[in-house]
Amino acid sequence: MDMKRDYYEDIRLLDSGAQVFWLIALLLALIALPLLAGSYLVYTVNLIAINVIVTLGLNLLVGYTGQISLGHAGFFAIGAYGTLAMVAKLGVPFELALPLSGLIAAGFGFLLGLPALRLEGPYLAIATLGFGLTVTQILGRIEYFGGHMGMQAPPLSVLGFTIASDAARYAVIMPLAVILTWAMRNLTRTKVGRAFVAVRDSDIAAECIGVNLTYYKTLAFAISAFFTGVGGGLMAFVLGFVNPHTFNIMVSILFLAMVVVGGLGSILGSVMGAILITFLQLELARIGDMALIGPLLTEISTRFFTESGLPNVQYVVFGLIMVLIVIFEPLGLYGFWIRTKIYWRTWPF
Amino acid sequence: MFGQLIVSGIAIGATYALVALAMVIIYKTSEVLNFAQGDMAMLSAFVAFILLTEQGLGFTAAFALALAFAFLLGALLEFAFLRRAKEPTVLGLIIITLGLEMIIYGLASWRWGSDQKDFPFPASDFETFNLTSDMVISQLNLVTLAVAVALMLLLFLFFTRTKVGVAMKATQQNEMAARLMGIRVNRILMLTWGISSLVGATAAFLIAPTDTLDPNLMWTPQLKGFSAAVLGGMTSLPGAVAGGFLLGIIENLFGGYVSVEFKSVVAFAVIVLVLCLKPSGLFAKHYVRKV
Repeated sequence: MDMKRDYYEDIRLLDSGAQVFWLIALLLALIALPLLAGSYLVYTVNLIAINVIVTLGLNLLVGYTGQISLGHAGFFAIGAYGTLAMVAKLGVPFELALPLSGLIAAGFGFLLGLPALRLEGPYLAIATLGFGLTVTQILGRIEYFGGHMGMQAPPLSVLGFTIASDAARYAVIMPLAVILTWAMRNLTRTKVGRAFVAVRDSDIAAECIGVNLTYYKTLAFAISAFFTGVGGGLMAFVLGFVNPHTFNIMVSILFLAMVVVGGLGSILGSVMGAILITFLQLELARIGDMALIGPLLTEISTRFFTESGLPNVQYVVFGLIMVLIVIFEPLGLYGFWIRTKIYWRTWPF
Repeated sequence: MFGQLIVSGIAIGATYALVALAMVIIYKTSEVLNFAQGDMAMLSAFVAFILLTEQGLGFTAAFALALAFAFLLGALLEFAFLRRAKEPTVLGLIIITLGLEMIIYGLASWRWGSDQKDFPFPASDFETFNLTSDMVISQLNLVTLAVAVALMLLLFLFFTRTKVGVAMKATQQNEMAARLMGIRVNRILMLTWGISSLVGATAAFLIAPTDTLDPNLMWTPQLKGFSAAVLGGMTSLPGAVAGGFLLGIIENLFGGYVSVEFKSVVAFAVIVLVLCLKPSGLFAKHYVRKV
């Protein structure tokens, strides 16, 4: 087994030559993807990339800092509405509007982090849930943001290029996703990242060794909200329109599901969780057309359920995945991956 | 106007109080925040609906059977899922109940779709009684209030006067000691879930006739129930009841005097305010974490 011999080895971004190889292979594959794949696949990958960004942000809060949030749909909405409003109504260029609305979301994250200083566990879950719902309720009542009808996304142009196709959006979203993933991996290996983990493991012990709880808890909320806000801003342009219903409580729950299914406190886990849940979400929405299972489920639907309700099977599947993951593999897909790796490395023992 | 707002606030508060009670019963015993509460109640309401319309049962039989279903559902969920989690974290428990919520919601919308149904109920929302010259209360509100108060009294008697109720209290206070005294803690937890589910289902039967029956029925009431529970203190049964009534009144007064548009946001504002100013709620003892 590889052993860490000094500090610099410990904080290195990539541990081994194999990792460098696979990283380069992955980046090449990501560059080649829009050239080879069809429009729908690129659209899927766009959604996955956005969800990766959000999941990373939420995982920083839930997995690394140990603060529960059921309100990330709120930050997502703030990011989306902020970007759209700035681009469409104020004429701010997209390159500026996206980070700005990320910062606005971060500001709200900081504000939500303040009560979170005194709350923990279930209380925090309720408070953040209330936050997420309040944001969409209020957004839906402001005429400037289109009220219940929501807002249409204007034609997007970035750095002078007009972005119209899925492949072009991919060229905007994927580099951002890669950069943010890299930034998050870096962050978790710094003093700040270690402080977050210390707060998670025992906030009293962390305070005793000089970690400023107020600072780091609100910082975790702010960074997490920033990632989610940026994700929301990108999502607004992928979907083409937003309304308050786009950001309902199910969205918050699914973000949390991505984190938990992927693996708490793990970058690779966040990516895996986002990929799995997004993919399932898109596939299960049209499960009736699927080979083999489709006709069977349609048959079951007509006999015991209703056929029009068949897409709701996705909620059953997600619910089952969440319950089973907590019961059988609390570390999520990442834990499964680690165990598989160790199994093969030590095989046949 | 003021009197009327208070009266209808109390009536709506009664349902919040029931939902909050259902939450608190489970939270107090096992420190599980049950997000599936609302959808368990919704499913029971659908069972009652099916028994009433498709099976043609009378109100008494249908509601009794649906309540029995609710009890079994709660007990089953505890037995099949919650108990299986080994050394669960707070987050893990929340995820499990959220997962259960999604499963129930998915199954219900698969079966009944999103078309809205009218829930038959023996009392009407449109027949009203005059309390004073300018205060009216509808028949349904009156029934709601009566059922809620009766159920609360029954629960109070149950927790203070019966052996099982006392065993539940013992489990809440110290699980290890309760186990050593010969209480079967697992069975007590199962019963707790059953009773909580039963209380929640009663709330759903009372809420369904004011609204239309669809799988989203209990989402808003559940959140109101959360805020009521937080307002009263998550570990106090009388607190949950008081919190429910208070929230109903506050919400109605806000709707009447400040803004109808933002009425639904009040509950969350209340949560945030209470959690900031007095995190343990108005009626619970201050909660100190053991290190």
